Amino acid sequence: MAGLKEIRNRIASVKSTRQITQAMKMVAAAKLRKNQDRILRLRPYANKMATIMASIRKGLEHDLEIPLMQARDPEKVLIILFTSNRGLCGSFNTNAINEALHVATSVYGEQWKKKQVRFFAIGKRGADFLKQKGYPLVGSEIEIYDRLSFQAVSELEEKFVQMFLSGEYDRIDFVYNRFKNAAVHLLTHETFLPVSEPAEEPSSPLSPKEERHIATDYIFEPDKDTLLEDLVPKNLRIQFFKAILDSFTAEHGARMTAMHQATDNANELIRELTLHYNKARQAAITKEILDIVGGAEALR
Amino acid sequence: MYLEIITPEETLFTGDVKLVQVPGTKGSFEILHNHAPIISSLQEGAVRLITTEGSEKTFAIKGGIIEAHDNHITILGETA
Repeated sequence: MAGLKEIRNRIASVKSTRQITQAMKMVAAAKLRKNQDRILRLRPYANKMATIMASIRKGLEHDLEIPLMQARDPEKVLIILFTSNRGLCGSFNTNAINEALHVATSVYGEQWKKKQVRFFAIGKRGADFLKQKGYPLVGSEIEIYDRLSFQAVSELEEKFVQMFLSGEYDRIDFVYNRFKNAAVHLLTHETFLPVSEPAEEPSSPLSPKEERHIATDYIFEPDKDTLLEDLVPKNLRIQFFKAILDSFTAEHGARMTAMHQATDNANELIRELTLHYNKARQAAITKEILDIVGGAEALR
Repeated sequence: MYLEIITPEETLFTGDVKLVQVPGTKGSFEILHNHAPIISSLQEGAVRLITTEGSEKTFAIKGGIIEAHDNHITILGETA
């Protein structure tokens, strides 16, 4: 049994750790709320965009010929991996990194063998890992989270669009954690470019009212093709912004959960240590009494 | 008629209006009560509106799209 003093010291140290994890949990919760609001504010915009696009598409007979939609044989692939800049958020980053590697080596196995798969890391954790292990990392962006505005994100998105249009890559994919709620985030792999035709359908089934709404006989200005050519890149920007917001929000959710668990663990540890301490203290007292009684007995 | 002006980051305006003037790509135009359903892209410029109370408001946008339908107008804008 450890000495009384050692146990006392350990209790003090666990208590101070608990204080830190508790504070981090609070901070994560506040940040989570802030970013959750941003996702909620983006939602009406994204939904409206989807219904407008559906309205325009309705009755459009010919296929669209927009360069962003041009599906080429995916010879050169870029995987954009969204991770966080900071750790202490449980398995958040590890999961995303593993998924990205899985996508690279199995979904794009052919291209991987020919060394035609590249990574781009958004977030320091993913960037550091890929660099350290020597994976083909073409670039990273770690400051974006400090100034997460639509403007800044659009500039970054523009770079990827150019990479696709110039033929540098034939396919650009995302791997990120999609925010569901504070405790749950879903690991997601999706294709960013080329824009796929049916994926533009609104995710939830339409109500009859919305159905009629889309079928309305609109005046289109300018013509439908020009409108779509204008809207497809806009929609991409929204998609990119949404992915980055999702990942950032999920990060705070994950950190909050991780810190909550750490605080619980600290509480449990303190409880056990206190029990030990009290037992040891009692044992020491009993021993002392026995000594005294033994001594008194001997004198008699 | 009801107007909403939304950007990816915030909602700029919601409320009842008498008149909306927008910078369409094919020229600036106004929307009044019972306008025919329209979808038009917008270029950089100012969105001007007059609320039912008669006060005037202006918002600068960098581009966007407008949809008017059943006296319900939505402007998806990008702010500068």
